[in-house]
Amino acid sequence: MKQVFKRPPSLKDVPFHFCPGCHHGTIHRLVADAIDHYNLRERTIGVAGVGCSVFVYEYFDIDVAEAPHGRAPAVATGLKRVLRDRIVFTYQGDGDLASIGMSEIVHTANRGENITIIFVNNTVYGMTGGQMAPTTLLGQQTTTSPQGRDSLLAGYPIRMAEMLATLEGTSYSVRVALNTPANLVKAKKAVRRAFATQMSNLGFSFVELLSSCPTNWGMSSLQANERVEKELIPHFPLGVFKEPKGTEPL
Amino acid sequence: MEKRLFIKGNEALARGAIKAGCRYYFGYPITPQNEIPEYLSHALTKVEGCFIQAESEVASINMLLGASAAGARAMTSSSSPGISLMQEGISYMAGSELPAVIVNIMRSGPGLGGISASQGDYFQATRGGGHGDYRTIVLAPHSVQEMHDLTLLAFDLADKYRNPALILGDAVLGQMQETMVERPYHAEELPPKDWTLSGASGRKPRLVKSLYLKEGEMERHNWKLFEKYKQMKREEVRYEVSGVEDADLVITAFGTTARVSKTAIRLARAAGLKVGLFRPITLFPFPEEALLQLARRVKRFLTIEMNTGQMVEDVKLSVARDADVHFYGHPPGSPPVPEELLASIKKVY
Repeated sequence: MKQVFKRPPSLKDVPFHFCPGCHHGTIHRLVADAIDHYNLRERTIGVAGVGCSVFVYEYFDIDVAEAPHGRAPAVATGLKRVLRDRIVFTYQGDGDLASIGMSEIVHTANRGENITIIFVNNTVYGMTGGQMAPTTLLGQQTTTSPQGRDSLLAGYPIRMAEMLATLEGTSYSVRVALNTPANLVKAKKAVRRAFATQMSNLGFSFVELLSSCPTNWGMSSLQANERVEKELIPHFPLGVFKEPKGTEPL
Repeated sequence: MEKRLFIKGNEALARGAIKAGCRYYFGYPITPQNEIPEYLSHALTKVEGCFIQAESEVASINMLLGASAAGARAMTSSSSPGISLMQEGISYMAGSELPAVIVNIMRSGPGLGGISASQGDYFQATRGGGHGDYRTIVLAPHSVQEMHDLTLLAFDLADKYRNPALILGDAVLGQMQETMVERPYHAEELPPKDWTLSGASGRKPRLVKSLYLKEGEMERHNWKLFEKYKQMKREEVRYEVSGVEDADLVITAFGTTARVSKTAIRLARAAGLKVGLFRPITLFPFPEEALLQLARRVKRFLTIEMNTGQMVEDVKLSVARDADVHFYGHPPGSPPVPEELLASIKKVY
């Protein structure tokens, strides 16, 4: 019998701590797939953000540095400037990257650091218990916006992939989702392409992945996938917002 | 070969960093330390190093964290308000056991304060500064020569202990120009860096982290760090002592105030007053034992600082009940002058 599907070797054989229906496990798998696809395991360094993302080092069989909340792009900058021939990526949630770490992500992109950012956008602070994030949709109820996010009080959900695409330093910026098999296939290609961009020294690559958080959204896994389709994607459109010139999509 | 230079304190420090093998600098402009990044932005390009002007001190310290995790000798510099912004990263580096050199050319505060010299950050520097139970090595130069020499030492101590090392200078020391002698540098014999991140090639993956959640882990980690601080206290205490043999009064002062105190002591001696000097060079580890020994013979101390009383607490803790400790504070704005210190000496003599 031929084995057609297996765990990427870069992913340790340990159970995830993530809640049922959460997309973090899937995203971990996609990142590991890209690392193994290009045979990068032994020369990749991950940088973990703070939040549900922090346990990257429990699951990936690679070197990992843990960054203070929001500072992963700065830590990755320091690593990559020293280790120019190595592959460096950060793994950050929306509170980490788009709120407290907004300055670091924007300036790291603007410098065109040759690193890859894996940005998990689930519109909520997961680990701390479901508080409002900068990406929380208008009207979305969270533990700190119990009446629903009100733009007069809390502004608007930020579209990071589009925003970073406006910077000259950004080489590749894309948004994908994981709610359907078709979207998953596109997401896998996007993550691979981000690493390929870095391998080709083309500069800053950014993948925003719309992710579910059934626990903090207060719904089942299936309902959460539906919410990604019906509520998230209309506000956070999928697509490539910037890509390196002269390269073919993978 | 020895080389004599007439040079600014900040530049002497930057030259020391290059000589110590520092190849990565991350920083953000702030007066009165700008000569350091300005010098290094040029000098690092000549040694295949890397200079980044970061978007903030918060980013600087975290770039430093990354470069250190990659095994490089790296540094940042700033002045008081910028150092406040770095405290989160310094705490993470202490917790993750990462070596690096952090320079604070102190200016006055609190708040935006002013650009004149101050010693107002003594507590912040010697008590860790950020959250959690940790210490940083703190070296206090009092001359341009020491701005250079202590920078070399700071890199060695940081590597020896896998711990951030601070240089606590001030606006006077950074801006003044005087003669220094540049000598050949040989790094101490240091432990191998078998913990750095480089990609898990032919070995198990390594982690640089400060998160410990499992039962008992955090407690064990804190005690492990504590053992390092104890070792620092045993092995790294440095101080200068002069004129204490016949002294009725010993002045304790560090950095710029020690410098001014030396002149004040000359004036006092000329007036027939038997005054000596005890100058801590390591503020952490603080020379507790040496001060205690001194207090067995000398019964009167006068601590002089450019603040309203910080190091004096460590002096009091060190001498226990064996001596009287007086304090003369000159809060920042302008440095104290020798005549003013002489008056303070006469008051308690």
